[in-house]
Amino acid sequence: MAREGLLIERPLLRMTQEQVERIHQASMEILMDPGLICFNKDAADIFQENGAEVTTLPDYNHPAWLIKIPEQMVLKALDSAPKTIKLGARNPENALIMNGEESRVYYITGSETNIWLDVDFPTYVKKADSSKEIQVPEFIPRRGTVADLCQSAHVCEHLDTLDGYIRTVNIQDKDITEENKDVNKYFASLNNITKHVMAGLTSLDQLDNVVNMAEIITGGKDQLKENPIISFITCLVKSPLQFVEDTTDTFIEICKRGLPVVVSSAPQAGSTAPIKEAGIIAQINSEVLAGITLGQLVNPGTPVLYGSVPVRARMDTLNDSYGCVETSQYNIDCVQLARYYKIPNYSTSGVCDPKIPGQQSSIERLFSDILVTLSGPQYLHCTYGLLDCNSVFCLPQAVLDDAHFKMIKFFLRQPIIDEEELADVLKQIRTVSGTPQKIFISYIRKVMRSGQLSEAYPFDGDGEGDNVFKLACEKTQALLEKPVDHIDEATTSTIFKEIPGLLPRLNIYQ
Amino acid sequence: MSEDIISKLKENVIQGRKTEDDEGIEEDLTGPGVIELTQQALDANIPANQIIMDGLTSGMEVVGEKFSTKEYYIPDMLASADAVGAAMDLLKPHLEKSGVAGKGKFAIVTVKGDIHDIGKNIVAILLKGAGYDVYDLGIDIPTEKIVEYVKNEKPDYLGLSALLTTTMVVMGDVIEALKSAGIRDSVKVLVGGAAVSEEYAKEIGADFYCLDGFDAVKKLDALQAA
Ligand code: B12
Repeated sequence: MAREGLLIERPLLRMTQEQVERIHQASMEILMDPGLICFNKDAADIFQENGAEVTTLPDYNHPAWLIKIPEQMVLKALDSAPKTIKLGARNPENALIMNGEESRVYYITGSETNIWLDVDFPTYVKKADSSKEIQVPEFIPRRGTVADLCQSAHVCEHLDTLDGYIRTVNIQDKDITEENKDVNKYFASLNNITKHVMAGLTSLDQLDNVVNMAEIITGGKDQLKENPIISFITCLVKSPLQFVEDTTDTFIEICKRGLPVVVSSAPQAGSTAPIKEAGIIAQINSEVLAGITLGQLVNPGTPVLYGSVPVRARMDTLNDSYGCVETSQYNIDCVQLARYYKIPNYSTSGVCDPKIPGQQSSIERLFSDILVTLSGPQYLHCTYGLLDCNSVFCLPQAVLDDAHFKMIKFFLRQPIIDEEELADVLKQIRTVSGTPQKIFISYIRKVMRSGQLSEAYPFDGDGEGDNVFKLACEKTQALLEKPVDHIDEATTSTIFKEIPGLLPRLNIYQ
Repeated sequence: MSEDIISKLKENVIQGRKTEDDEGIEEDLTGPGVIELTQQALDANIPANQIIMDGLTSGMEVVGEKFSTKEYYIPDMLASADAVGAAMDLLKPHLEKSGVAGKGKFAIVTVKGDIHDIGKNIVAILLKGAGYDVYDLGIDIPTEKIVEYVKNEKPDYLGLSALLTTTMVVMGDVIEALKSAGIRDSVKVLVGGAAVSEEYAKEIGADFYCLDGFDAVKKLDALQAA
C-alpha cells in the first residue's frame, strides 16, 4: 500500500523536447569544461578510479581537485540509478512510491527554518468610534525548539494532502548540540507523525545512530531496507560546480548504506549561477548529475532523487527569491529534465518572500504551488508554512496550505465526459427547458452529497471581515487536540536505551 | 584632457564597469573601464586623492542616490563598489607615498563548518568599495587559522560570518580564542549572517552586529569619524 498522491495526466511542459536535449548536451559540456572543483578527497579518488580526468588544483587554501566527468560515465550512472523509489513510513499505508516516468505528485514539507512564528490576536479599537473593534493577527518570531518540531509533526500528521515530512524548524534549545541534534530531530519527527520522515544531517557521526533508531522502529536492517521510514537530503554540490568536503562525505556514507538520499542543488540565478534561464538550468542539471554519478559509482543501484532548488536572486538583497515568477519556471524546467532521465524529482514550490502570512504570501505560494504541481514532480517539497525566503515557518500557514492543495487536487480531477454522462445531462437539459421555471436546482442535491462538488473554502469569513487567519489558528488548535499514533512504549524504551543523546523530555512515557 | 579622464571615470563607476570587457548597463558605453581609466589618470599625473574624490567617490555618490530611489539594485551597487575596490588597489601605493592613511585593514571569513558565502562576499565587496583594505580568508576556516592570521597580519577589523545555528557558536569560540591568545583587544570583531542577532553578538562579546554590508560600512565609518 502507498499513498495515492496526485496523478497529473498531462503534465505542463515548459521546454520543447529539443530544448531538453540541448540542455542535456550543454550540461555534458559543463561536466567536461570547466568540470567540477572537488574539495573531497574520497570523491576525487572514486572519480579517478572510475576513469574520470582528475587533476590536483594547487591554488586553493584547501586540498582541491578538478574533475572532468565524461558523458559515458553519467549515462552509465543514470542507467543504474533506480527509476522507482520507495520512501517508507511508520504506517506502511503512508509509504510513497515514486516512478521517474510517472507524474504522480506528493506534497512534502520543508525545511529547517531558524524562526518559528507565534500568532496572537490583539484587539484594536477605532479611534473615531470606540464601539468598533477588530482583531488583527500579530506575528511573533522566535527561535524554533524541539517542542515546536513535535507540534508541527503532530499537526502535519492530520493534514490530508500532506504526504511526507521534512523537519520544518531548526531545533535550537539550549541542550541541543551539534552532537545530539540529528537523533533528536529524527526522533521528535518520527514519534509524532506516521508519514515518511526526511532530513539533512548536521553531523556525519550521527548517521549510524539515526539509522539504528530507524532499524529499532522497523524491526531490523532488512525491514528498514524494505520500508525505509527515513531518508536524507544532501547539498553535496555547492553552486557553481563545487563538491563540498563534509556534505560529500555524508553523501558517500549514506549511499554505501543504500538508503534513499536527495542530491540537492540550490543555485541562485544572478549570484551562484547565470541570471539567464538556459544558464542556470544547464548548470543545475550538471551539478545534480555529477552528484547522482558519484552516488552510483559508490553503490550502483542506490536510490537517489534528482533534487532541484533553483531560485532567482532578489535584486534588493541577493537573498533567494522563491516568490518570483522565474523560480517557478526554473523548477518546471528541472521537472522535465528529471523526467527525461527517469529519476524521481525532488522539486520546490510554495515558499514566499514576505516574512508573515497575508496577501503577498498567499499569492506567491499559490502561484508556484499550482504551476509546479501541474508540471508533475514526484516529490514537491517546501510546500507548507514557509515564509521569508525559507527562514520562517508558521504552523497555521501550513494548515492554510493544506486547504489550497485540496483545491488544486480537486481541480486536477479528470473530467467525466462519456456516453452515460452526456445522456444524463442532455436529459436534464431537455426536461428543464420544458418546465416553466427553467431551473436546474433539483439536480444539485444528489451531486452535492456524492463528493462531486468542491468544498466551500474552509476559512470563509462571515460578513465583511476576513477571518481566514483566525480560523486557521482555530483549526490548528483542533488538530493538535487530535491524538497521534506515537511509537509504542517498549520500542521507545529500547530507543532511549540504545541511542545516545536523546533528550529525556522527548520520552512521552516518563 | 585630465578632466575628460576623470569624468569618464565617474561615468564608468556609475555604470559599474570595472574593465573594458565589462558589459555595463547601457549599450553605448564602451571603451576603457574603471581600472584602465584609473591607470590613465595616474599616467597623466593626476594626484591620487583627486582621482578618488572627483572620480570614484563622486561616482559612488550618484550610485548611492540611484540606489536609494530604487533605480539601482544590489547588483548595480556591487558592480560599482567592486570597480572602485579594484581602482583603490591601483591607487594604494600612491596614497601611501603621499602619506594618506587608508581606512584600515579588514579581514573577513566564514567560520569553520560553514560554507555559505554569498553574504560574506557582498560585505567584502561593499567594504572594499568604501575604502577598506579587505582580506577574504575564505569559507570553513578553522578557528586556529583565524587567530593565527590576526596574530601575524594584525588586521584592524575581523568580520565573522555564519549562517547556521550550529556554526554561529563557532563565532563565540573565535572570540574566546582571541582572548586566550591575548590579542582580543587588538582587533574589532564584527559578526553577521542570517542566524545571528544583536542579542547573540552581545552574548559572545562581539564589538558589532551588522544586519548587512551597508550597516557594516555605516558602523565602521562612524567609528573612523569618532
Ligand atoms: C543560499 C543558501 C545555501 C547555499 C549557499 C550558497 C553560497 N554560496 O553561500 C547552499 C545550497 C550551498 C546551502 C547549503 C546549506 N544550507 Co543553506 N541556505 C541558503 C539560503 C537560502 C540563503 C543564504 C544567502 O545566501 N542569503 C543571501 C545573503 C545575501 O544573505 P546573508 O547570507 O544573510 O548575508 C547578509 C547579512 O546576513 C550580512 N552578513 C552575513 N555575514 C556577515 C558577516 C559580517 C562580518 C557582516 C558585517 C555582515 C554579514 O550581510 C549580508 C549581505 O547583506 C538560506 C536561507 C536564508 N534565506 O537565509 C539557507 C540556510 C541558511 N541554509 C540552511 C541549511 C540547513 C543548509 C545546509 C546544512 C543544507 C544541507 N542539509 O546540506 C547546507 C550547509 C552546509 C554547510 N556546512 O554550510 C538553513 C540553516 C538552518 C540552520 N541549521 O541554521 C537555511 C536557513 C535554510 C533553511 N531554512 O533550511 N545553503
